[in-house]
Parts: sequence; C-alpha cells; structure tokens
Amino acid sequence: MPALLSIKGMTHFFGGLKAVSNFSYDIPEGIIYGLIGPNGSGKTTIFNLITGIYSPTEGKVFFKDKDITGAKPYKIVQSGIARTFQNLRIFSSLTALDNIKIAKHFGSKSSLATSVLRLPSFMNEEIAIKKESLELLDLMHLSHRAKENAKNLPYGELRRLEIARALATKPQLLLLDEPAAGMNPKEVEELMGLITHIRNEFKVTVFLIEHHMQVVMGICEYIKVIDFGETIAEGIPEAVAKEPRVLEAYLGKRGA
Amino acid sequence: MKKFNLPKLLIFVIAFYAAIQILYSTEIMNGYILHIINQSLIYVILAVSLNLINGITGQFSLGHMGFAGVGAYVSGTISTLVFKINPSSPNGMLIFILAIVAGGLAAAVVGFLIGFPSLRLKGDYLAIVTLGFGEIIRTVFNNIDYVGGPRGLLGIPKFSNFTTITIAALITIVVIRNLVESSHGRAMLAVRENELAAELVGVNTTRYKVLAFVIGAFFAGIAGGLFAHLLQMAHPTQFGFIKSVEVLIMIYAGGVGSITGSTIAAFALTFLSEGLRIGIRAIADATGLPIGGEWRMVVYSLLLIFIMLFKTEGLMGTKESKLIRLKEVE
Repeated sequence: MPALLSIKGMTHFFGGLKAVSNFSYDIPEGIIYGLIGPNGSGKTTIFNLITGIYSPTEGKVFFKDKDITGAKPYKIVQSGIARTFQNLRIFSSLTALDNIKIAKHFGSKSSLATSVLRLPSFMNEEIAIKKESLELLDLMHLSHRAKENAKNLPYGELRRLEIARALATKPQLLLLDEPAAGMNPKEVEELMGLITHIRNEFKVTVFLIEHHMQVVMGICEYIKVIDFGETIAEGIPEAVAKEPRVLEAYLGKRGA
Repeated sequence: MKKFNLPKLLIFVIAFYAAIQILYSTEIMNGYILHIINQSLIYVILAVSLNLINGITGQFSLGHMGFAGVGAYVSGTISTLVFKINPSSPNGMLIFILAIVAGGLAAAVVGFLIGFPSLRLKGDYLAIVTLGFGEIIRTVFNNIDYVGGPRGLLGIPKFSNFTTITIAALITIVVIRNLVESSHGRAMLAVRENELAAELVGVNTTRYKVLAFVIGAFFAGIAGGLFAHLLQMAHPTQFGFIKSVEVLIMIYAGGVGSITGSTIAAFALTFLSEGLRIGIRAIADATGLPIGGEWRMVVYSLLLIFIMLFKTEGLMGTKESKLIRLKEVE
C-alpha cells in the first residue's frame, strides 16, 4: 500500500543544533500513529516541518506522492493535512462557531463580488458552512458553546475546539500535537473515544504526538519513539513498551 | 411567500437623509451645519475603511490620509485639469463620478504597494513604514507644479454635496459590512487573531493582508476625492500625518473592529471638534478670559484621554448595532 505521508531522511538544524536527524517515516492510510519521545526530542519540530512552518535542512516530505517539502503552510493545509498545536492557537476573541467557519474558508467558492452583493449562491454557501460547522461542534460536544467567545472556554474544551477546527478543513491526515495536555483524567478518557471516533467517521489518518502514555498506548496502532531527533524504537504499542532503549529514554539508565 | 423587507440600515439612512434635507430647506439648519455633516460623513468613509485594515485585519496603518490624498489629487486632476468641468457642464456629474472612482482605484494601487511591507512587518514597525509612506505622498504633491505644488490644487468644482456623500458613505458601510460577514472577512479576522493559526487552517494570509490594504485604500481614495470636490481644493497639508492620526483616533474611540463604533465616532468627534470651537469662543466672550480657539484641542484631547481611561475598548468595543448587523443565516 502506498504511504499517505512519506518522510524521507529529514534533517533539521536550528543554527548549530541538530533538532531532527535523518528522520524517515511512512504513514499508510487509515491508522492512528503515535510519535513519542522525551521533552526536546524534536517531535513538534517534525510537525512544523511537515506543515511547512519550517523548511527542512535536508530530506523530503511527500504527501499523496506529491513533494510538499517547503511549500507554504496554507497550501499544505489545502492539500489535506490539518493540525492542532501544543500551545493552543485559538482565534480567542471570536466565537467557537466562527473559529470553525474560518477553517471552512478555502473550500468557499464565493468571490469577493458575490460575497459583497450577497448573491443567492453566496447565501446558500453560508448556510452550508454554518450547518457543517455546527455539526463539527456537535461532534466534539461543543454545541452549547457555539455562540460563546472562545476565550471564555475552559482548557479541555479549547483542545476539542482546535480539533474540530482542524477537521473543518476536511483533512486526510490529522496531526495532533499533544491533544491530551492539560486535560483531567475524565477529559482524557473522552478524548480517546473521540479520536477513535473521528478516524472511523471521517476516514482520516491520525498522527499524534503525546506524552500521556495512557493515550498513546490506548489508541495508537503503531508507535515510533524518538530521542534527540533520532528513532530509537518503533512498532506496535505492546512491543515498544518493552524496548530497553525506550525505558532508558523515559526512566533513565538502569544501574551504572 | 417571502415578505420583502427593506433593510433597516437603508430605512435609517433614508430617514436621516430626509430629516436633514427638510431641516436645511426650511432654514432651521444653516449651511455651516450641513457642511459639518458632510465632513462627518466623509470621515465615516475614512474611519470605516481604516477599520478594515487596523480593526478587522489587525494591521497598523498610520498613513490612511495618504491614500485619501492620492484620491483627492487624482480625481481633482481629472475633473479640473483634464476635463475642466463645472457643475453646469453637460455630463459634469458623470465625469465627477468617474473621477472619484479613478481616484479610489489609484489609491487602491498605492494600497497594493504599501500592503507588501505588511507581509514582513507587524505592529509598531508597520506603523512607522505607513507613516513614512503618508509623508512621502504629501511631499510628492508638494513638489508637483502641475497640481499646484505647495499652493495646492485650486478651483476644483463643487460636485460633492449631501446627496453624493451620503450615498458614498452608505455604500462604504454596506460593502465593508458584507465583506466582514463573508468567508473573506472571516479570513481577515483570522489574520488579526493569530496569523500562524490562520495560515494553518488554509488562509492565504499574504493575500488577505494585501487585500485589506487595497480595499481600505480604495475607499480612502473615494473619501479624498469627495473632500476635494467639497472644499474645492486639495492641499498637501490636508493629507499629513496629523490628519491620519485623527482618523486613527476615531476608530479607537469608537471601538476597534466595530463599523458602528467608527461611524458614531466619526460624527461625534467631527462635531465635538467644531462645537468646542464655538463653545470656547462663547466662553471667552462671556467671561473676557484670554482664551482662544486653540484651547479646543486641549479639551478635545482631554476628552479622548478620559474615553480611553474609562472605556478602553472604545464606545462600542467590537459590537455592532442592530442597524449594521446582518441577520444570521439559518
């Protein structure tokens, strides 16, 4: 099966610091992938390289067999990769609903003129955008917050709002950067259910970075572990959990 | 069957227009007050269009009057120097409208060019660049003899009147309001809120920043053209930095991001500034105190300080009145 996303020999330097080292990863369609590793191991940098925030020093990124290395972030999103952020980036003074509607922007066909004149085609599109946006809010259990300014939402709900916003771009690949960070155990439980549900419902491939072992071990079907930008282990969760190098990276060296 | 409703805003503007016309024709209101109303309406166009750049898209332009200057000089040149029209010439009105639109388009082209620094610069740094741009425009007009140099472009026919200015202001408000409530407007709001996040939900942030400058500049150019054909002159000092700041104050006093706020503030501050001139003169006459008209700026500034101290988000915040707000789609 051809990979949906294929990262080949990606290396990235920040000045003299090697943040990512010869990283390769093939992600076939339809599975929930996990990328784990200690703080500063280069996980978020990999997401930033995939989504075009940085351009890799070396290596290539292919999405649906197309080279997207160094493309503009909005082009990459439009090609079908959406993401969330570890430190939330919500449009905080807009309503939850508007946050989602914005993500429906590039699917909109209305030109400036039809929008300003509010022609029927524009109005129909607005109705559709609103309907789909409300459905996404509903999916993420946020319907009651639609009219609320995003800045008034609690942390766990903001995380879900960001996932809903990413889904609004109709991605084939969804990158989640520590989706469970800052959530309480009940919210984590709910989130795990949601992520699995999203994958089944939207046929979207999920690639997530997470510290929360319960989440990674609970929902990921394949895991890659990195440290200092290098892969130290990969495989199904049960196998990875037993790898000595993984335990070492997480718990420190035994004995000595 | 769907009932046909005249939009509330249109009803309000027609009522406003009729009231002013009646007051004026029955001589309850004199020409001076009508002139101030005309000026206020032109400031409405300037404030609402600057609001698109600063309030909606979150860029910081300090050179808005520079765009107005381009509009004033280009339209003035077309109507006065090229076609030499006057209010009684045949097709005069048509040429006037074309001249105004040409002025707006010229300003939009300049807006397109000035939009590019906004791709690299933010906040204070962008403010400095746009400020510099405004001064360049002023200096350029100061040095072109064809348009009168430092004397200004004189003898522009008086085509702007209450009717034309009201229509232009209404069009500006409706166009910018409708724009904001579309997917294009939402993209601009996203740029203001968080540029990186906007880019990562598929918004071409480059395009929308430049677009905000182009549309904002277009309407500022229209306002400048109307000004020139109202005051019958265009002078470099009308389009300097201080004048740009006046418009900036209007959008901050009214509420950044609120079209209603910009509109109210444009009226209120234009009238306040004129009212203080009369009020202070009256006080000086009554008390014999040696205070002149220049003191109005002190009072004006103090009032602004108080507004910002006690209502930091401006009169309206980001809210819109029912007149401006569009009915939500279902």
